Amino acid sequence: MEDQQINHSAIQVEKEEYKKQQRRDKLKQFLTISSPILVLILWEFLSRTGLIDHRFFPPPTLILSTLYQMGLSGELFNHIEVSLIRIICGFLLGVIPAICIGLLMGMYAPIRHFLSPLVMAFMPIPTLAMLPIILIIFGIGEFSKMVTIAISVFFPVVINTAAGVTNIDRIYVDVAKNYGANAKKFFFKIALPGSLPVMLEGIQMGQAIALLTIVAAEMIGANSGIGYVIWMNYKAFLLPQMYVGLVLISFFGYLFSLIIRGLQSKLIPWK
Amino acid sequence: MPNTKIEITDLTKVFFKRSERVEALKDISLEIEDGEFVCILGPSGCGKTTLLRILADLETPSTGSFQIHPSSPDRPLQSMVFQERGVIPWMTVEENVAFGLKMRNVPRKISKERTQYYLEKVGLEKFAKLYPKELSGGMKQRVSIARAFANDPEILLMDEPFAALDEQNKFILQEELLNIWQETKKTVLFITHSIDEAMLLSDRILLMSAQPGQIVKEKNIKLPRPRTMEDVRSNEELAHEFVDIWQHLQTEVQGSRAK
Ligand SMILES: Nc1ncnc2c1ncn2[C@@H]1O[C@H](COP(=O)(O)OP(=O)(O)OP(=O)(O)O)[C@@H](O)[C@H]1O
Ligand SMILES: [Mg+2]
Repeated sequence: MEDQQINHSAIQVEKEEYKKQQRRDKLKQFLTISSPILVLILWEFLSRTGLIDHRFFPPPTLILSTLYQMGLSGELFNHIEVSLIRIICGFLLGVIPAICIGLLMGMYAPIRHFLSPLVMAFMPIPTLAMLPIILIIFGIGEFSKMVTIAISVFFPVVINTAAGVTNIDRIYVDVAKNYGANAKKFFFKIALPGSLPVMLEGIQMGQAIALLTIVAAEMIGANSGIGYVIWMNYKAFLLPQMYVGLVLISFFGYLFSLIIRGLQSKLIPWK
Repeated sequence: MPNTKIEITDLTKVFFKRSERVEALKDISLEIEDGEFVCILGPSGCGKTTLLRILADLETPSTGSFQIHPSSPDRPLQSMVFQERGVIPWMTVEENVAFGLKMRNVPRKISKERTQYYLEKVGLEKFAKLYPKELSGGMKQRVSIARAFANDPEILLMDEPFAALDEQNKFILQEELLNIWQETKKTVLFITHSIDEAMLLSDRILLMSAQPGQIVKEKNIKLPRPRTMEDVRSNEELAHEFVDIWQHLQTEVQGSRAK
């Protein structure tokens, strides 16, 4: 009887604790949502009352309705589509070789020592600074934009993949060796899965860089895409339309990082 | 007639660190019989792990040689149970246990059967699909042991497999190990820091000196099997042996400190 009573009160205590925890979680969620909303409301208010210049900072509601109108005309979707195709193709064009080369660099020390000075030399150069050369080599078509993205994505992914492999705990390498893993099995059972967490960090970084690069590249040398929308509307002093471009970038950046985070939890269930 | 399983001849290992050199093992000569359970006891840093790593083909001897006599061509020579952290985190318990079999391309059906068998032996069948992060330290070592036995090697090399466990878990795992060993009659070379553990498990104890590591003494443990820790503790003769081994380790440790 007494035992039950103790048990009962223990459950009560834990129940209270659980409720408190839930309340705390709710508060955190609320805080996360509240800051963007607060900024938007403040912006709307300041812009409408003229405390900030509404020509440079049009109120968010106006930007939203502009987005709606641009969407209705259909032209906006063309630009989005063009940008997305460039980003996705360029991204894959950079990530796939980066993973292959990174894994080889991680697994074979001679390859690592041979290639790492090249990687180190090219990495600090902003891809945009190479744009003129890329345009000379690949022309002004779509492919040169994809190459630009590919190059900018390549470096963080190759470096992280190689680091991912070399940082695999030595003991797992010993285990594989002791149990007679050949090169192919070592690759698929140890090197690839073991490097995946760090590799995906690199891909996450690459994704953010890809977005930066495409917008900048489209602002410099293109006649379509989200970056072009921003630049043209700025030059025409159509600032609400320009802000629409910025909102789209922000949206897609968030979307991509969500996708990759989802991929992370799918691919590394063991973390 | 018992036949020799492991033969080590004049094995020496020297490590070079910059200009400094460490003589880890010196002139180790040793024969271990088929089915024998041998424990190695010695002060920390005397080269026990090094000896095992050489037998496991993870390190090469500087001079001297060793041989593991095979009984059948399709059995692997040896499998190692590592000191700790030997369980691969991105594989499930089941995949970890089947690892050696998979590496050797053992047919799926046999591999599955054997994995299942040893999972049951170590009481992990319910946890087969879990990842190691969800296991306790004792459960992880069970996975390591099951993996080694499932691989069915000629000899088993165990490097302080229970050192990181609490007493309770240690007892249980020692008992499980002895059960499986009695069933399979494998040749085992087992490293430990614990005299009790060595006396409980082994047919023969090898005592090593501090650096350079040499085998300086041998003790046969004749206690009949199956044994329990109570048998070991209550045996008069073993009590004497315990003190003797203890004193040996003390002097070796002090000797290496004085250097
Ligand atoms: N890869 C290595 N490079 C250089 N020195 C090494 C290497 N491996 C071991 N040693 C040295 O060899 C000696 C023996 O090491 P070993 O790990 O075999 O000792 P041990 O008996 O297993 O010790 P412990 O009981 O603490 O596990 C130590 O002095 C160690 O510093
Ligand atoms: Mg050791």
